[in-house]
Amino acid sequence: MPKKEERMIDKDGVRIDGRKFDELRPIKIEIGVLSNADGSAYIEQGKNKILAAVYGPHEVHPKHLALPDRSLLRCRYHMAPFSVDERKSPAPSRREVELSKVIREALEPSIFLEYYPRTSIDLFIEVLQAHGGTRCAGITVASLALADAGIPMRDLTVACAAGKVEGQLVLDLTDEEDKKGEADVPLAYMPNLGAITLFQMDGQLTLEEFEKVISLSLDGSKQLYQLQKESLKAKYVAVKEDVEE
Amino acid sequence: MSMIIRVKQKQIAQLMSKGKRLDGRELKEHREIKVEMGVIEKAEGSARVFLGKTEVLVGVKIEVGEPFPDTPNEGVLTVNVELVPLASPTFEPGPPDENAIELARVVDRGIRESKAIDLEKLCLEPGKKVLVVFIDVYVLNHDGNLIDASAIAALAALLNTKMFKYEVEQGEVKVKPGYTPLPMQNYPIAMTFAKINDKLIVDPWLEEEQVMDARLTITIDKDEKICAIQKGGTGYFTKEQILEIANIAKEKAPEIRKLVVKD
Amino acid sequence: MPTFYEQRQLVTPGDLLAEGNYIAGENTFKENEKVYATCIGMVEYGERKVTVVALKAFYIPKVGDTVIGKVTDVTIGGWIVDINAPYPALLRASDVMERSYRPQKDELSSIYDVGDLLIANIVSYDRTRDPLLTVREPGLGKITHGQIVEIIPTKIPRVIGRKGSMISMIKNETGCHIFLGQNGIVLVRGKNSEDERLALMAIRKIENESHTSGLTDRVTEMLKKEKEGETKNA
Repeated sequence: MPKKEERMIDKDGVRIDGRKFDELRPIKIEIGVLSNADGSAYIEQGKNKILAAVYGPHEVHPKHLALPDRSLLRCRYHMAPFSVDERKSPAPSRREVELSKVIREALEPSIFLEYYPRTSIDLFIEVLQAHGGTRCAGITVASLALADAGIPMRDLTVACAAGKVEGQLVLDLTDEEDKKGEADVPLAYMPNLGAITLFQMDGQLTLEEFEKVISLSLDGSKQLYQLQKESLKAKYVAVKEDVEE
Repeated sequence: MSMIIRVKQKQIAQLMSKGKRLDGRELKEHREIKVEMGVIEKAEGSARVFLGKTEVLVGVKIEVGEPFPDTPNEGVLTVNVELVPLASPTFEPGPPDENAIELARVVDRGIRESKAIDLEKLCLEPGKKVLVVFIDVYVLNHDGNLIDASAIAALAALLNTKMFKYEVEQGEVKVKPGYTPLPMQNYPIAMTFAKINDKLIVDPWLEEEQVMDARLTITIDKDEKICAIQKGGTGYFTKEQILEIANIAKEKAPEIRKLVVKD
Repeated sequence: MPTFYEQRQLVTPGDLLAEGNYIAGENTFKENEKVYATCIGMVEYGERKVTVVALKAFYIPKVGDTVIGKVTDVTIGGWIVDINAPYPALLRASDVMERSYRPQKDELSSIYDVGDLLIANIVSYDRTRDPLLTVREPGLGKITHGQIVEIIPTKIPRVIGRKGSMISMIKNETGCHIFLGQNGIVLVRGKNSEDERLALMAIRKIENESHTSGLTDRVTEMLKKEKEGETKNA
């Protein structure tokens, strides 16, 4: 039991970083930040700093992994050694292996992989600074990198976590809120289809709380989705103008 | 990777639309579950579970170790899964791949988040010496739904676990005669659902797994709380489907728990 | 039948473009009577069809296209050519050799070797096979002099300019012939490498400043200045 620890949420429902229960952290998005990758994007969400890059579709290496009827999506989620308080070894941890898998499974439904048989699309997510909710921010920025690469998709994929901290249901947990809170539920969403493509939880929630947390996360996701679209449009409005000349 | 025959895919889908499955089960019906405890004497605790033809063996070993820096008063829990090559033509020898790692972490999450083991009771000397609980999951035959089988086997093995009596005397850990059961306080049960052609089924077997769009595992603790969730596969679920699954899991968890927890 | 954007408005993946009895054109898909965009681009509404002109695209081979490629490997049967697409292209030895031959790797590399540039046509391509090239027609074959630059396909119209104004201006100022491969590779061929360098400078300037106006005049000015500078130094 906490002895003399700070409260995470004060009596007015304001969180440690000044947010209300249903507020997202401040977000900054940049599209097309790397010159070598076919598509790239960068996001800052609170103290999270995450870079995503896409190479492809291109020939599969090694060749025997190629699929005859679709492109092979490969994803690597990785955290830089300096991204966390205590230096993290650069070798992939079990957590990074699991997250690489669930992130890939979150993005696959959106991509028209069947258009590019016998190729691979390689997606890299590098967490440069981590402060909770990196798999969600990683998915949000990866989807933008895929769009920047010109890879056709059914919809953008957006992700946002919600959970429970000190008995209160909250949106977009920071690292401390996740560690000290009672539950964290990351969720990824394709709004057009109403499709939830990533869904995990740790903590403890009653069924009632669970339903409310999902709604909270979907609301946050829809806000983020608008930001995704705006940032893509802002980047490409310049390109559009010159094509029309 | 074993390829599913297209004709079989159609067969499964057609039956599914009539509410039936290839092995005759109802959509919400589990396969037969058999739990045997104490099968490996050298392990501190063990259990073997058959879920239909899926077979999983779990051994629990306890050792003295150091606590994690941010939890100096708690014992350590660690789960590892081996997808042993003899269990399936698709398993290859080598270090755990992403499937083994995901499986281990999902089983771990259920036990850890429900606080099934009272880890504080495993502290010998705060900040210095604690007991480490090693849960090793050995998949012996893969016929679908390794998650549920592994989770049930892990819980059974923990309930079967008898540890030595450890005491700290003058800075040294001594083993006293006799045994004491592992301090358990919750009994998480994982239930995995698959979605095929928009129909939800419980406990997919191997062929259903090969054609499913996606799977969702919900772990329910003894107080009907959800303590872990994992979506897998390259498809998706709608919010309504997730809530339906959560409700079914909450309803059915007690029947499965009875097979493991004998009061 | 409702449409939701203006003609040539910027859309992003997942944007709902139209509802009803429309045909889903390029870079769109249709589900449940709704047509959505799959890429970032400009939406074009036709009578019955909705299309998106993609602003960022990679080259997908098309039969009949003329492309510029680089030989990356010499094999027993021919050459592997990088045409800036997701798939490597093949040029068979039989396409180049008139007579039947005994395939020996050395012989082939004396015709085209790794690193050589070719202009070729795509003769076949489908989902199950990599694109096949031919150099049989006139104007095709090895590029013996000139320099290449890769540009994003969407910038190509800017290089051409309104009614070809930009590209003819560069030709006049530098004496260079500019060939635009359909795969986004541009070949610049002049009387000497200095002229080619000028033309490349012009193209790179166009790529970087493509979103600004008065570009044709500024590029002309830059070229004139560079040439002046050269004659002074000569």
